Amino acid sequence: MAKRIEVSDLNIYYGNFLAVEGVNVAIEPRSITALIGPSGCGKSTFLRSLNRMHEVLPGARVEGKVVMDGQDLYAADTDPVDVRRSIGMVFQRPNPFPTMSIYDNVIAGNRLNSKRMKKAEADEVVEKSLRGANLWAEVKDRLDRPGSGLSGGQQQRLCIARAIAVEPDVLLMDEPCSALDPISTLAIEDLMAELKERFTIVIVTHNMQQAARVSEQTGFFNLNGVGQPGRLIEFNPTEKIFSNPDEKATEDYISGRFG
Amino acid sequence: MTATKAPTEPPGQRTVRRPGDRLFAASAKGSGIFILLVLAGVAAFLISRALPALVAPAEDIPGGAGLAGYIAPLVVGTLLAAVLALLVATPLAVAIALYVAYYAPRRVAAALGYVIDLLAAIPSVVYGFWGLTVLAPALLPFHEWAAEYLGWIPLFAGPASNTGRTMFTVGLVLAVMILPIISAISREVFIQAPALHREAALALGATRWEMIKMAVIPYGKSGVIAGAMLGLGRALGETMAVAIVLSGGAAATLNLISNSSPSTIASNIALRFPEATGLDVNTLIASGLVLFLITLAVNMLARWIVNRRADFSGAN
Ligand SMILES: Nc1ncnc2c1ncn2[C@@H]1O[C@H](COP(=O)(O)OP(=O)(O)OP(=O)(O)O)[C@@H](O)[C@H]1O
Ligand SMILES: [Mg+2]
Repeated sequence: MAKRIEVSDLNIYYGNFLAVEGVNVAIEPRSITALIGPSGCGKSTFLRSLNRMHEVLPGARVEGKVVMDGQDLYAADTDPVDVRRSIGMVFQRPNPFPTMSIYDNVIAGNRLNSKRMKKAEADEVVEKSLRGANLWAEVKDRLDRPGSGLSGGQQQRLCIARAIAVEPDVLLMDEPCSALDPISTLAIEDLMAELKERFTIVIVTHNMQQAARVSEQTGFFNLNGVGQPGRLIEFNPTEKIFSNPDEKATEDYISGRFG
Repeated sequence: MTATKAPTEPPGQRTVRRPGDRLFAASAKGSGIFILLVLAGVAAFLISRALPALVAPAEDIPGGAGLAGYIAPLVVGTLLAAVLALLVATPLAVAIALYVAYYAPRRVAAALGYVIDLLAAIPSVVYGFWGLTVLAPALLPFHEWAAEYLGWIPLFAGPASNTGRTMFTVGLVLAVMILPIISAISREVFIQAPALHREAALALGATRWEMIKMAVIPYGKSGVIAGAMLGLGRALGETMAVAIVLSGGAAATLNLISNSSPSTIASNIALRFPEATGLDVNTLIASGLVLFLITLAVNMLARWIVNRRADFSGAN
């Protein structure tokens, strides 16, 4: 079930370094929200703070609030493991488990969630997820082969299959297409358009056309200088951002004029 | 030894060979050949010196039961001690390595690392005396308990030793001795499990232990096996610690807790070699040859285990 995420006054640190400052934003369910901005402005950092993956790094911490459908994700009694089970993530570099077969990769998350699964049930989840990720036809005859034997684009779709197999509420994608060819990229964009019927999707991308093509809302991150924290400069409907943004910085970035 | 085939060049395609490449290839090949030559030399020496014992009549061999009758109990003793040590040490070493790599606070981890590395530096005589004076008496109650309640298992058939100088004690001493090797190597490979895959597991909602099961242990498995093989090598070849602790009998028995446990090949050689003359020397060297073959077989077995699922090793 898709859920709404509200972020208020979020500051994100690496040790003493304030990487992202003062983010306030509401991410709507059943839609795609794109995050754009120059390199190093904190898009990945912000994305990882939404499913509490940020704090996995030593010294990394967060101040502020992230609320998903009324549940405070950073409350003292919220288990980060539960948060990550309901907010899936796809990374920039495809990372299927090399020691597992394609089949086992897809249901790796389900095996965590409900320890015992009947074989028929598992088969069903695998097929449904691989179909959902547009990968079924390519791998159905070699489900028992290692996932690392696939091409980069196939591996990324395998990771998407793995993420959607657990039916998360939200799907976070950090530059999922940056290592892919245009055809795989289009396949994944089509996939996102289908997935947004069921999930809330947040995607980080450097590809402006991609943001314009797939997303409903777009957020622009920027930073004033080296060592300064990144900020969410503007958050608006994608159409508005790309035609008539409120901020000068957004317009400069989108049209390729910097500084 | 596994030989990997060098990629053959397609005909009609000449590759440019740079001097650096050539130098490296030559030195790597040279070192490889050198190792093989050393091994072959050792084998040739063992065989030539063992030959008189191999052809001697049975009654001339010490013990009077022929060469096989002399060596068989030693083989049993060697394997028993080494396998027991490995079975005890490997799970413990893996647990320690995982704790140091993923659970311990940084300070504790560093301190624990030092302590374990220190264990590796203690001479084996010290382990032997520790086994004899501390561990053996301490294990006496266990020997009695095992003889009474586990007696139906051949390994614990009894009668329980009254000194504690048994195969069981030896196995535990050896386990402590090989623990540092296995845990140090396991720790190294566990630390190197790629962050990419550890994060993949965490992002799926894995707890730390589930993350370790999904992304760390499978990745480090071949390293753990390699470490266990190194440890096994040390256990198979250990002389002093075994010689001090064990009051070796001569029966080829699997019984771990009685006084009649056979000695091991290496410790038997160490004990008898100083006074051996004539055919006795050849007999001892023949037993050494058997140890050499056992070690070789064990290593090949380990390679085979590691290579069986090479596709899934994570090395690609
Ligand atoms: N593990 C880390 N430790 C310390 N600082 C970090 C770490 N990861 C990122 N940073 C810093 O945080 C800031 C934001 O980095 P982040 O990776 O979020 O940028 P990004 O917007 O995703 O960039 P890109 O578009 O290049 O992926 C940068 O200044 C970066 O140097
Ligand atoms: Mg990034």
